[in-house]
Amino acid sequence: MKEKVQVSGGTGLSAKDVSSGKIFVTDDSLDCAYAWDTGVAVNRYLAELKNGRIIATECRKCKRIMLPPRLFCELCYVPSNNWVYVQDTGVINTFSICHVHWDASRIGEGEKPHLPAVIEIDGASEGMGIMHLLNEVEPDQIKIGMKVKAVWKPEAERTGSINDIKYFKPIE
Amino acid sequence: MSKKVAIVGIGYSGFRTTSTDVSYREMIYEAATKCYEDAGGIHPQSIDSFVASSEDFMEGISIADEYVPDQLGAVLKPVQSIAGDSLQGLASALMQIKTGQFDVVAASAFSKISNLSSYENVLSYATDPAYIRPFQENPYFIAGLEMNRYLYETGTSREQCAKVVIKNRYNALKNPTAIYGAKIDMDDILNAPPLCKPLGEFDKSGHLDGAIVLLLASEDKARELTDHPIWITGLGWATDTPNLDSRTDTLGSARYAELAAQKAYSMAGINTPYNEIDFAEIDDTFSYKELQHIEALKLCGPGEAGELLDLGSFAPAGDLPVNVSGGSLGVGYLHEANGLHRVLETVLQLRGEAGPRQLPGVETGLAFAWRGVPTTTGTAIILSNKS
Amino acid sequence: MRKVAMVGAGMTKFVRRALETPKELSYEAAKTTLDSCGLSLDDVDCVAHGTAPDAFDGIHQNGEYMACGSGGWNKPTMRVFVGGATGVHAIAHGWYHVASGLFDTCLVVCEEKMSSAMPHAQGFFLTIFDSITERPLQPNLLWIFALEMNRYMERYGYTKEDMALAAVNNKRNGLKHPASQFTDEVTVDDVVNSEMMAYPVSRLDVSPVSDGAAAVLLAAEPVARRLTDKPVWIEGVGWTLDTAYWATRDLSYPRYLDKAARMAYDMAGIREPHKQIDIAEPYDPFDYKALHHLEGLQLSPRGKTVELLRDGHFAMDGNMPMCPSGGLLGVGNPIAAAGTMKACELFWQLRGEAGERQVPGNPRLGVAQAWGDLMQVSSVVVAGI
Ligand SMILES: [Zn+2]
Repeated sequence: MKEKVQVSGGTGLSAKDVSSGKIFVTDDSLDCAYAWDTGVAVNRYLAELKNGRIIATECRKCKRIMLPPRLFCELCYVPSNNWVYVQDTGVINTFSICHVHWDASRIGEGEKPHLPAVIEIDGASEGMGIMHLLNEVEPDQIKIGMKVKAVWKPEAERTGSINDIKYFKPIE
Repeated sequence: MSKKVAIVGIGYSGFRTTSTDVSYREMIYEAATKCYEDAGGIHPQSIDSFVASSEDFMEGISIADEYVPDQLGAVLKPVQSIAGDSLQGLASALMQIKTGQFDVVAASAFSKISNLSSYENVLSYATDPAYIRPFQENPYFIAGLEMNRYLYETGTSREQCAKVVIKNRYNALKNPTAIYGAKIDMDDILNAPPLCKPLGEFDKSGHLDGAIVLLLASEDKARELTDHPIWITGLGWATDTPNLDSRTDTLGSARYAELAAQKAYSMAGINTPYNEIDFAEIDDTFSYKELQHIEALKLCGPGEAGELLDLGSFAPAGDLPVNVSGGSLGVGYLHEANGLHRVLETVLQLRGEAGPRQLPGVETGLAFAWRGVPTTTGTAIILSNKS
Repeated sequence: MRKVAMVGAGMTKFVRRALETPKELSYEAAKTTLDSCGLSLDDVDCVAHGTAPDAFDGIHQNGEYMACGSGGWNKPTMRVFVGGATGVHAIAHGWYHVASGLFDTCLVVCEEKMSSAMPHAQGFFLTIFDSITERPLQPNLLWIFALEMNRYMERYGYTKEDMALAAVNNKRNGLKHPASQFTDEVTVDDVVNSEMMAYPVSRLDVSPVSDGAAAVLLAAEPVARRLTDKPVWIEGVGWTLDTAYWATRDLSYPRYLDKAARMAYDMAGIREPHKQIDIAEPYDPFDYKALHHLEGLQLSPRGKTVELLRDGHFAMDGNMPMCPSGGLLGVGNPIAAAGTMKACELFWQLRGEAGERQVPGNPRLGVAQAWGDLMQVSSVVVAGI
């Protein structure tokens, strides 16, 4: 059977090709700045985080209690302006033990790995999770299904941010 | 290609310089809700496909198409983004319907330019990283080069460009969604601080936040959803080279507009555009662009636009009203949502819903969008209220 | 409906860091594709273009910048964008250009140059997360995949060894691909023992960031028949996006792919995909994804995929060869180009032109798929001879 696969170009370079000056490089650091409007729903979410509470919205049609809160139910496509407080506890839906930073550099020796998780928040509808971090737990002890509780920053340090919750830690 | 396609719903929100009270999601939700109401109260679950138009750097989000579905009611539906002007997004929606696989498709776009505090930087990142960017010039310099060349090649005067600004900002006074409406003098424009000479501060349109959603449908579906379908009879788009140094023969003209229009006219069966088109909404990102585009779109001969403008041909009461809405100079510049804005205004006129700026007895309108410097992409669409 | 076929295909090598600029990579893929069917740019009516985030290249309006490289100069050219799913979606994008009747031929070109991003392309993925409710946590791209992989494994009791089987399979297939950047076979042990990135994801579970481009030429039926006696027909296309609130979804099953696949199969008139499809190119940026996607594609019952994999069902000589190209794990992952590479593979395999890695038994129907965004979008193309 004859091969007719057409491949051309794609000349591989090594790091040395660049460092030795064989290949010229144009450097540029991008300088972009944004200030995103949080809007009605997320603004209230952040304001309540500053108060040390988690707030959700309920859809009057499908009755889902949704996190993060939103001004409209994306499924029923109706406004969802019924605000309800939910707990600051929840259940680990899934987690990871991450040994690299956001820029792909490895965490240093002795540095603790990042522990991101999806946490289904108590009081919100089933499956309504948010992404956050875990702590005060040995990585190898984390299990899917574990109950966790938010550890808040002291009130004076809260700024109206998802980081007003420092992390979640296992309870019981 | 027998399948006819109509615009059956329009909705918009915003058109302000800032919109701090709402997130982009909430702004689009409002526009989409209005659009679906306008199309007989259709529920988004009955819409077959959704097309958004956006560019990542404008939003500060990589892979910004992630955030499209929810506010359109499009969760688990065919949804895609076009990295282009929203009139290209609309073209994509049109093609989907013409395949026969889709009956109703939504096209959406928005601008939250007020959230981007380094717009000029972002714009400069659209220029070639090796050839152009090292100059560290504000990319408006390309508009300066184009304008100078256009004036040189056609004999159009600086004053004629200024008259575009006067016309469009005056037209905008009759448009309640326009925020740059004004009665200004020639002297104001000519004495304004230069931007990139001959381009001055008044020759460029001002930024705007806003969201627009339009709904397209196949013929049968269109008649079901609305009593006033506006038919898309022609559409075309084209891209010239992005390499500034390869554009020596087209810096003064707008070849992309000419190519896009050729395709749109041939689809619509239009042979003499000047006679067959009643009015036009044409890109006026910069003052000279309106004149240059009018010529490239064959709405007059080469170099004649300035003179016809002097004669009042493009005024609301003229033979071929251009930018009765106020255009980008009068309404404001909505970035990738510009194309849909021009279609929105054209549809309002063809439906007879344009209020104090309504043109009498119009049947066929042309809308044309350009993506701004440093791009060379334009899209033309012909709309008609006659089936 | 107007029938549309692939009549030519071509690609560049996938490499860690390419000498060529994005424009040059696009040109190589486009030109090779035109050469493969004996056409010139004059024969191309329009260009459908795909590339994933602009942040990699640091170029705003990247589609405009690339236009002349991909053959779009003075033509209708339009860039489509659905994150990682772009490479296969671009085929659907090209398909409706032609199926609509607006154009007779369409050149589909997808390119990705990830090596320009410093210090690492992964850093730019921070900006895919919700700017207000997620980005302040400084997430990295691996997180969401690790979270999804963990949930998938937990749901069916799969182990890391199970997942590694997919990497071994695809990397072995890829060794025979002339564009591949790999030369060595790997074992399950190699994968499981490779450096831990984000549990449960180890280095060899992941496909490498790469530079490259791939292209296909689409033509309407009469043109296609004139150009070749073996057109590869686009039988069906499908794509779906799920909610952006990704943490509220069942991560163990790709329902976005379920819907996209059904859309494509409906169009193709396929009722029993697991019996009717001969070859599958599920999207495999991570080994678990290949398996996850086989389930979403309705080619394997949920939770039974590892069993079938161990039984050789998805091997080159099995009933349903998985990623005969080698996939992203075996050839490389220049994001949008990698998806289009899968469509190229269907083209070569269904024409019997895949040489050393030709799937035996004259395959007649294949499916290619890509996936992306916040684990929420899939695009599917079904092609047949
Ligand atoms: Zn609801």
